[in-house]
Amino acid sequence: MSAVFWILAALTVLGGVAAVTLKNTVHCALAVTVAFAGLALLYLQLDAQFAGFAQILVYIGAVAILVVFAILLTSGSETPKQGIFSRSWFTGMIIAAAVFAVLGWAVIQRIQALPHETAAPSVTVNQIGNALLGRYVLPLEIVALLLTAALVGAVIVAMHEKGESK
Amino acid sequence: MTPLGGYLLVAALVFAIGLAGALTRRNAILVLIGIELMLNAANLNLIAFWRYGPHPELLTGMMFAVFSIAVAAAEAAVGLGLVISVYRHTRTTDLDEMNRMKG
Amino acid sequence: MQEGMGFTPQLTASSIAQMLWLIPAVPMAAAGVIALLKQPARKLASTLAIGSLGVSLLLALAAFGHVVSGWSHGFSVRETANFVWLPMGTGTVDLGWVLDPLSAVMLVMVTFVGLLIFIYSTGYMAHDENYTRFFCFLSLFAGAMLGVVIANSLLLLFMCWEIVGLTSYLLIGFWYQKPSAAAAAKKAFVTTRVGDIFFLLGIVWLFAQTGTLLFYNHGAGALEPDGIAAMLAGKGALGLSAATAIGLLIFAGAAGKSGQLPLHVWLPDAMEGPTPVSALIHAATMVAAGVYLVARVYPLMAAGGTLSQGGALAGSTTTLTVVTWVGASTAVFAALIAVAQNDIKRILAYSTVSQLGYMMAGLGMGGVAVGMFHLITHAFFKALLFMGAGSVIHGCHEEQDIRRMGGLRKEMPVTFATYAIGMLALSGFPLLFSGFWSKDAILGSAREWHAGRGPFYLLLFGALLTAFYMTRQVCYVFFGEYRGHEHAHESPRVMTAPLAILAFFAIALGMLGTPAWPWFRAFLEDHPAALELAGFNEPGFWPLVATSTLVVFLGLGLGWWLYGNKSPRAEEADAVEKVAPTVWGWLRDRLYVDELYGVTVIAFYAWWARVADWFDRRVWGGIVAAVSTAFRGLAHFDRFFDQQFVDGGFDKGCEEIYTGGGLLARVQTGRVQHYLRLLAVAVVVLAAILIWSSRG
Repeated sequence: MSAVFWILAALTVLGGVAAVTLKNTVHCALAVTVAFAGLALLYLQLDAQFAGFAQILVYIGAVAILVVFAILLTSGSETPKQGIFSRSWFTGMIIAAAVFAVLGWAVIQRIQALPHETAAPSVTVNQIGNALLGRYVLPLEIVALLLTAALVGAVIVAMHEKGESK
Repeated sequence: MTPLGGYLLVAALVFAIGLAGALTRRNAILVLIGIELMLNAANLNLIAFWRYGPHPELLTGMMFAVFSIAVAAAEAAVGLGLVISVYRHTRTTDLDEMNRMKG
Repeated sequence: MQEGMGFTPQLTASSIAQMLWLIPAVPMAAAGVIALLKQPARKLASTLAIGSLGVSLLLALAAFGHVVSGWSHGFSVRETANFVWLPMGTGTVDLGWVLDPLSAVMLVMVTFVGLLIFIYSTGYMAHDENYTRFFCFLSLFAGAMLGVVIANSLLLLFMCWEIVGLTSYLLIGFWYQKPSAAAAAKKAFVTTRVGDIFFLLGIVWLFAQTGTLLFYNHGAGALEPDGIAAMLAGKGALGLSAATAIGLLIFAGAAGKSGQLPLHVWLPDAMEGPTPVSALIHAATMVAAGVYLVARVYPLMAAGGTLSQGGALAGSTTTLTVVTWVGASTAVFAALIAVAQNDIKRILAYSTVSQLGYMMAGLGMGGVAVGMFHLITHAFFKALLFMGAGSVIHGCHEEQDIRRMGGLRKEMPVTFATYAIGMLALSGFPLLFSGFWSKDAILGSAREWHAGRGPFYLLLFGALLTAFYMTRQVCYVFFGEYRGHEHAHESPRVMTAPLAILAFFAIALGMLGTPAWPWFRAFLEDHPAALELAGFNEPGFWPLVATSTLVVFLGLGLGWWLYGNKSPRAEEADAVEKVAPTVWGWLRDRLYVDELYGVTVIAFYAWWARVADWFDRRVWGGIVAAVSTAFRGLAHFDRFFDQQFVDGGFDKGCEEIYTGGGLLARVQTGRVQHYLRLLAVAVVVLAAILIWSSRG
């Protein structure tokens, strides 16, 4: 386990923690961007370059911006009167902890059986392209449909309705 | 601690953090942020298993993760659109106040 | 003496014996046809009835001739025709009929006297609107009576016996609108029923002992030596043999039908019926059925006793002793009561009871021939007397009290002449009249009875009383002055002609029973009869004649002296009453037998009915009420149960579901984060299970 891994892991985790605990919503959005970045770097570490760059492009470049826009459009930068956490936040914490416990237990249980270092695969974009249009052509098309539907849907949902004041 | 184990644990941790955020924050947008974190954690899992799995040349894991990213983006867009639309009607993004579907 | 159990040389019955069943069947068929006719078909009804009985008479005469020819050639005639009626497992119940001297003479008598009475009835009942119904019942009666006569099976006899009882009830209560007639019919039926119950017991016992109900069946019949031996061997009650017990039971049935002493109470009341009914049924035929029954089962009654010369028993059996004493007591008892009666038919009714007692005594002491001879002669002169009384009643415009009649010998000469002949025959006027010979035969056998002289003296006293009360009656009715309201007139020819015919026979039949030519006795007892004047020289014959003549003249003289040509008014006391008023009172009140029954049997019965009523209402009714209350209680309980538990339970269940639903609905908070939490929890649980199972 190299040091790079630990640094990147810490970055991601801290970004995540910050994203869910900060008061200001915009700060949360920025923190989650940091988490996304950390994850992208982890992908690169894992020799999944395409996935890492896709992560950066899509998540940081689109989703995070989208989130910020949404925050700004909904006056989310104001701090709510009752506080940032819901009334029964403790129960949620417990449940999340339980989930982590279960997942961790699943991993640790079998941690001996997990494979050690293996050779790094060499993945070329050519291969990826072939795969996309070969083996995974159906999911590709469906995702295309999905994106179209999402696009149209998002527009319709967020559109101002007739007669409503802007 | 094998490398894979480490990655999995990190993914689990991020997942749990994301879940905690989705379960405890008032603001709807922050719930969506949490959900994004969860998705990302799952992606990390996929990539990690692809990297340390038996047949990385099949690109299964990476493809899965890439598609997952695409879907997550679409879903984020629609979701945020919904939040905005709800905000227009109720002038709030506070989830605690949105209980019109109460049974 | 020849064994009376011989057969005609051919074992199969002659054709006449085979056809014997037609004799009762034709009148019964006529009754059936008449029953379907409407009331206005009077001429047709009477023609059918008279015609059918005429056919029966011809057949009876043919049968009689056949038996006489067989007898005169020295054969002993007893032809039977039996058939299986009811197969029961291994055994059978057979029916059949028998043609022997006994049934032959009875057939001729019943059909002949019956025919005369039928003809008489067309005149007597001419003004009655129920003419058709009358002839229907008469025909049915005639058929049933003839069935009793020819029966070779106790069962067939009993069945026809019951039909006879039924028709007697129907005919006594013919004018049913009169309460007294309806009551008299019921009384007759119930009283004879008492006798019939014992009769039935006797039949059942006889069947149990011998296995057959046929009298004669080529050696296998109940009255044949094997059957009698079986009954003698059986055990009865009180140390008697079964034969004696069965004989007594059968005699009880005969006693009911023939009005013997304790069961005689129905006969006088039966005079409520029309006079032809009284003549036919209660004089000549039905009451004679009891005597005929005893004659029929005489071998059973005489079982165990030894036979002597002349066919009479040396000594007597228990059964026959009982029969004799009952007969003798009845004879005197009824004669005493007859002395003090004022209704013309009642006197004759009590006279009938008395004469039936004579017949029973004759059977008991002298055997079948003696009793039957008196039955035959009595049938003729009693029918004559009743029909004469009917003629008198008809002529006096339905008056029946003798104290309101009188001097009728001038207005109704034919009736008077025939009535006088009948009265003299009944009294036993010496030598000329049949009644004398038949009564003398009985007195003769009584005098020689080995078991005592008591009955002889009783019967002599009875003869005295008979002459006395008949003289009284004749004096009241035909002599003196007429005390009635309207003018009396003679009856039409259709009524007086039968009277004349019967009067002839009342005299002529005596010829068959004199010791010089004892034809009747010889015929019935199956030995040849020769005309021998030496018969008059039998020992004890003339003293007996002298004694009975003395007694009869004494009675006649006493009667004439007291009642002669005097005509006391109805309100005046009777001549005897003036002398002995208390005794007269007892006799007039029929010696209180009915009252005795009223106090004992009827009171007991009424008490029993009250007990049964109480029982029925309280106990059975109580049980029913309790059951119904229990059911209602159960119904209430059911309703309660249903309401509380079933309905309530159901309602409660629904409430719980409702509440549960309400509780469960709380999960739907409407807040997405809560739903998400639930999802997460579910994931945790599932994952844990998966990991746990894969670990193991």
